[in-house]
Amino acid sequence: MYGVGIVKGLATTFKHFVDSYLEDIYWLTRGGRYYNEEAFRHRQSLKTRGAITVMYPEEKLEMPERFRFVPFLVTDEPQPGEKWGHDWCTSCGICAKVCPPQCIWIVRGKLPNGRPKPEPEQFYIDIDICMNCGFCMEFCPFDAIKLDHDYELSSYDRTSAHIHDKERLSKPISYWRAIAPQKAAAEAAARDLAEASKGKGRQKGDDTPAPTLAEDDVRQLFYRGL
Amino acid sequence: MSEPIVKEETSPTEAEATTAVHADPVAQATAALKERYPDVSDDPRQNFTGLMVPAEQLLAVARTVREELGFNYLSSVTGVDLIDDNKMEVVYHTYSIDQQGGALVLKVQVDRDDPVVPSLTPQWPGADFQEREIWDLFGIRFDGHPDLRRILMWEGFEGHPMRKDWREAFYEEEHKPFGSRWPGGNVYRVEEKNPYGKNVQYPAGWTPDGQEFDVDATLYQGMSLVREHNPTPNLKTEKVTVNLGPQHPSTHGVFRLVVTLDGESVVDLKPVMGYLHRNHEKIAERNTFIMNIPYTDRLDYISSMSNNHGYVLAVEKLLGSKVPERAEWIRILMVELTRIVNHFWAIGFLLNDLGAFQTPALYAINERELVLDFFEATAGSRMMCNYMRFGGVAYDLPDNVRAQPTMEFLQELVHERLPGAVDELDRYLSGSEIIRARCVGVGYLSPEDAIAYSAAGPVLRASGVAYDVRRAEPYSYYEQLEFDVAVRHNGDIFDRYMIRIDEMRQSIRILEQVLPHLQATAGGHIVDGKPQYAIRVPGGDAYGRVENPKGELGFYVIAKQRSSNPERYHVRAPSFINLTPMGLMLKDHKVADIVAVLGSIDIVLGETDR
Repeated sequence: MYGVGIVKGLATTFKHFVDSYLEDIYWLTRGGRYYNEEAFRHRQSLKTRGAITVMYPEEKLEMPERFRFVPFLVTDEPQPGEKWGHDWCTSCGICAKVCPPQCIWIVRGKLPNGRPKPEPEQFYIDIDICMNCGFCMEFCPFDAIKLDHDYELSSYDRTSAHIHDKERLSKPISYWRAIAPQKAAAEAAARDLAEASKGKGRQKGDDTPAPTLAEDDVRQLFYRGL
Repeated sequence: MSEPIVKEETSPTEAEATTAVHADPVAQATAALKERYPDVSDDPRQNFTGLMVPAEQLLAVARTVREELGFNYLSSVTGVDLIDDNKMEVVYHTYSIDQQGGALVLKVQVDRDDPVVPSLTPQWPGADFQEREIWDLFGIRFDGHPDLRRILMWEGFEGHPMRKDWREAFYEEEHKPFGSRWPGGNVYRVEEKNPYGKNVQYPAGWTPDGQEFDVDATLYQGMSLVREHNPTPNLKTEKVTVNLGPQHPSTHGVFRLVVTLDGESVVDLKPVMGYLHRNHEKIAERNTFIMNIPYTDRLDYISSMSNNHGYVLAVEKLLGSKVPERAEWIRILMVELTRIVNHFWAIGFLLNDLGAFQTPALYAINERELVLDFFEATAGSRMMCNYMRFGGVAYDLPDNVRAQPTMEFLQELVHERLPGAVDELDRYLSGSEIIRARCVGVGYLSPEDAIAYSAAGPVLRASGVAYDVRRAEPYSYYEQLEFDVAVRHNGDIFDRYMIRIDEMRQSIRILEQVLPHLQATAGGHIVDGKPQYAIRVPGGDAYGRVENPKGELGFYVIAKQRSSNPERYHVRAPSFINLTPMGLMLKDHKVADIVAVLGSIDIVLGETDR
């Protein structure tokens, strides 16, 4: 009969309409469906029904560890009186070479005798060009460049505010541990393993064989996102 | 002897056996061609496949290939600038719809200074836009082409940008990485070097004095405005030309359709594209191989995972990588989820185009949100995934997605949420009389035309041609998977809608088979070889093609010996080529059907314009 299909379709719409209120009613006596942490977590799970709206900016999605946004540079914890800590970056230039849109500029540091110093003197990232691909993080051999979770970067002037210099880029390792605890721990473990297999930091007269780390393991650790 | 493009990434013996079976039609056709045309020879370069055809014999050879040898599907046509030999080359990839299998590749080389190649468009209309693109970007003229205009650049543009000696206004160096970045890198912005007004180059002796070339004159000239017979002799009537777009919500982006109307009926229709053109291919030839992976995300940005897949397959053919088992299963998981997401999106926006604003679109993309969350947790980004690598994938599956263990999340997604959502969508829309009234019998494309016009993917299969790259030339582990090639026979908008529902169901079927493999291979390797950012590739050419949700997505890559940058990189973009039959589909339809037909083709302008 003509019109049955439309009625069936409307029934689906009506079901969605009703669904969007069921949860509201459930949460009515439990602190409300919105602006309530427990309700928010439920709203983000697969068990939820109805609208899944996130009330940004009061509510924010938790970024997964691997979430990638414009890079930052990892440093040691700054000592009292220091602006930022010692750079992990050795200015080897791999990130600048692998960067697809070529948005990284590095000025390599120089020792007084003119020899290269394993530290960047300046480090710029043009975040207008950065495509958040994560290659710099993936190929950095020193875990010194990481992709941030901070996506709220709006500013009034793109010509100056969108070129991040070293001061803006540097963040202590504790920040990385806070936003990506699992990754940070796995990276630290891999570094320790690599160090140990090279026999560094061993006591003199220590006869136990150095732990070996097959190249294969390193590679798989690396690519496992660990 | 000419080999089909042999896939090397799978180890199982079945794959080899199939390759042998598939090799037959191409080998037979090659032998037959050589016997018939003594001037046709194998490509003499090492690791290059294909047959060299003299330009003057091309039309005859193409006719034989198409009509006698059964290679009736001209998938890809592209140009290559061989600047070292002072030659221009045109490469044709043809496939056999009936025999399936690999490509019969034809190559024509002509003089670089005055390149003229006979046009295949009169006998193979699918070559139309592709030949125009080659004329536009390489400056190769196609003799006998009915409408040889620029297609991505505008009329009056100086030069042909894909030529090796053409340089952009902000040119820095031939290849990345650029030397200015390290060790003495001082930041500058491109617009400081090329301030507004100086970021264009004018030919010598030319001034912009307001007497510029009328960019659309040749376009309108080709559209007939003369009425053959006037039904109302007492009234003076005429046809009108109407521009839809480029800024129009139903064109899915910046895209323009020039339509000649007789009353409300479409007499002639020509798509005008290139508003989003950024010369992806030129950028890619400046890039190193690995740098191109994130750029492919930005082609068809709805299905970035599949784009990654096509590109890495092409480069893996050059590298000869072996992909670990787990990586292959993860790839299939990602690609099939992408297909479901894309089809949800396509259906939702087809309904938007039909006038059902937003509600069906939002219901359709509800589940997309879950899939994108999974992509984000795995690859780090929702749309610009940049997930596949040569010889594997970037990261293993994460422990948790949305605070739920990943496998549990995937089980629930694949077994409950997605099938439920597809069924609901089917229930919601397929029976609706309004949708049927708008879609059934509108925008018909016959199977013969679909093949001749090189339509691909759902557009081809909705016209009754059961051709799917996953079955025709299986890659990855598709050979081992059980699924049916969805096919519908009416070739109208409604079937192009229904086939997407069918394909989603098949994708869910595939995903159900993939999940146990993921569990079985947990902890396995996910990439082959050492992680390298500076990959050097043995020379040769390779064509990697995958069944993208929108159709056959192909990457044609040429590399010089031990090179770190592709010498030639071409994308066979389904969104672009599927527009070729659009004028045909809309002939004599009402103007209101234009957006519906466009919605049923499902284009993404990032890929159309590249």
